[in-house]
Amino acid sequence: MDDARTPWQALARGRYLRSAWPWRAAGYLAGGALTGPPLLLGLVLLATVGVIAFPLLALLGLAGVPAAALERRRLRIVDPDPAPTPHRTPAEPGLLAWARLRYREPATWRELAHTVLHGFLLWWVDLAALVALLGLPLLLLTTPLQLALAADDEVKVLKLWLVTSHPAALACAAAGAVLLPALLYPLGALAGARAALTRALLAPRERELRTLLTEVTRSRARLVDAFEAERRRIERDLHDGAQQRLVALTMTLGLARLDAPPGPLADRLDTAHAEAGRVLAELRELIHGIHPQVLTDYGLAGALADVAERSAVPVATELCAGLPRLPESVEAAAYFGVCEALANIGRHSGAGRAALTARHTGGALLIDVTDDGRGGADPAAGSGLTGLADRIAVLDGTLTITSPPGGPTVLSLEIPCPVSSPENSAP
Amino acid sequence: MPGEQPREQRPLKIVLAEDGVLLREGLVGLLTRFGHEVAAAVGDADALRTAVADHAPDIVVTDVRMPPGFGDEGLRAAVELRAARPALPVLVLSQYVQRSYAADLLDSGDGSGVGYLLKDRVGHVEQFLDAVVRVAGGGTVVDPEVVRQLLRRRRDPLAALTPREREVLGLVAEGRSNGSIARELVVSEAAVGKHIGNILGKLDLPPAEDTHRRVLAVLAYLRG
Repeated sequence: MDDARTPWQALARGRYLRSAWPWRAAGYLAGGALTGPPLLLGLVLLATVGVIAFPLLALLGLAGVPAAALERRRLRIVDPDPAPTPHRTPAEPGLLAWARLRYREPATWRELAHTVLHGFLLWWVDLAALVALLGLPLLLLTTPLQLALAADDEVKVLKLWLVTSHPAALACAAAGAVLLPALLYPLGALAGARAALTRALLAPRERELRTLLTEVTRSRARLVDAFEAERRRIERDLHDGAQQRLVALTMTLGLARLDAPPGPLADRLDTAHAEAGRVLAELRELIHGIHPQVLTDYGLAGALADVAERSAVPVATELCAGLPRLPESVEAAAYFGVCEALANIGRHSGAGRAALTARHTGGALLIDVTDDGRGGADPAAGSGLTGLADRIAVLDGTLTITSPPGGPTVLSLEIPCPVSSPENSAP
Repeated sequence: MPGEQPREQRPLKIVLAEDGVLLREGLVGLLTRFGHEVAAAVGDADALRTAVADHAPDIVVTDVRMPPGFGDEGLRAAVELRAARPALPVLVLSQYVQRSYAADLLDSGDGSGVGYLLKDRVGHVEQFLDAVVRVAGGGTVVDPEVVRQLLRRRRDPLAALTPREREVLGLVAEGRSNGSIARELVVSEAAVGKHIGNILGKLDLPPAEDTHRRVLAVLAYLRG
């Protein structure tokens, strides 16, 4: 189909009549004409009930909310651009909190205005336009048919002209055939105007969109924080639970081994003891991967030094020791960022050396991880990196990778953040 | 030499701090069974400070992570205690291989009479008891796993060592004496002495006859 976004744009193009746009315009107006009467009835009913039982008048104020929701859905027939709700989500549950919030929002009153306008006026316009612009030429077009079916061989076209002969009926049909495509243009124009009015009144204003965006950003940050808190909780549970029990178990096995007389029993205990030791070592690594306690106790500097030492590729670290303590979420994002970067270097780059620099200047944490590998790293290929970029984006930070074929690959990470406690820097 | 004392020689008066009840009871049982006296077994860092003041123990055995903050309160308390009484032997039991923890402990006092062991080591009952006695006697004990991390740090200079020399270096860093290393590797003490001489030469470290001083020199080098 064509790439017009609104009926008006479609009108300006040559293919309007051959496109689906006249149909969409007619459908949109027909929907308006059909939803109008129930809307009118509902408004009148609510107003009447409100006059009798005054508190119920409050409902009238909110009548626009569901009506507008339907209108926004209907808008999609002629306007594929999204028209999200301009309303905010109530912070507390409950109908009362919802109603209170709605009453404070300007969008609610715009919706009410549109609903009253629709119920009392617009649907009449829709109906009249459909009759005049679509019904009339169709009626003309079908004059010969009407004449053939008429019992007394005469048809009063549009209640104006008396047609008695077939040539006259054909002339009427011809006029209809000319009028129908011609009138489809004003039909499209009217649908466009209706859609523009609906969008103007019912789509969120820029300020409302900004509020929505802020809300989404905050909820995303909350989600990341919750995720981090959950990791810490799991780490603590494993540390206090399974890890402690396993240590106690190895101790018991160790004692049993001392007590057992030499022989098959002692050998079995030996095996069990060694196995428990391996499980303990694995569990320690697992717990460290979930949440490195060294990050909490020693901050980013200590944790980064540790990661660099454990890396398969030798890493030269620089300036890490001068790092101040930073907010927990920043330290965690940066730490896991460097972990992923070093892991990728070890896995894919073929590098012999890597360098890690980390510094905090101008209210931002800046970290570079460089390697002398073959380059050509595709950031889109690794889901790990995408996840990291998301995580850093939540903190308003950026993750950039430059990796020309032949290297070197540089992964840069920048997170704006204030210093949380300047005195507590690295050991 | 401190590292060579048999553990039955002297019952030690121990203050133990560990917040996990299961492990605390287990450790008390283990230590008393082998003839030591656990003067107090406590569950947090404040109680540890009080217990040390009350009992004047021969050695403190403490966990790193303890209430109220569940951070590194135990280690902080240990470092504080040694700042107040540099000769107080402290053995820290930890779940962390990370160098920073052991480094803070080794930097407290003059580095003698301290031990940093992973809790896994508790299961190797004899090794653990041996470590307790060695630390109480002023020795330095570092967990093999932590030493392995330290050895990874200085790759370039260490590349000049033979595999056997690296093995010996690791055992020295753990705080072992020549005799103990010889037994571990099933070689003669003379051979161990020769290896150590070569290692010190290759790493530009001054030759030292005293086990303890050599351990400290090697640890300082590896951490450097």
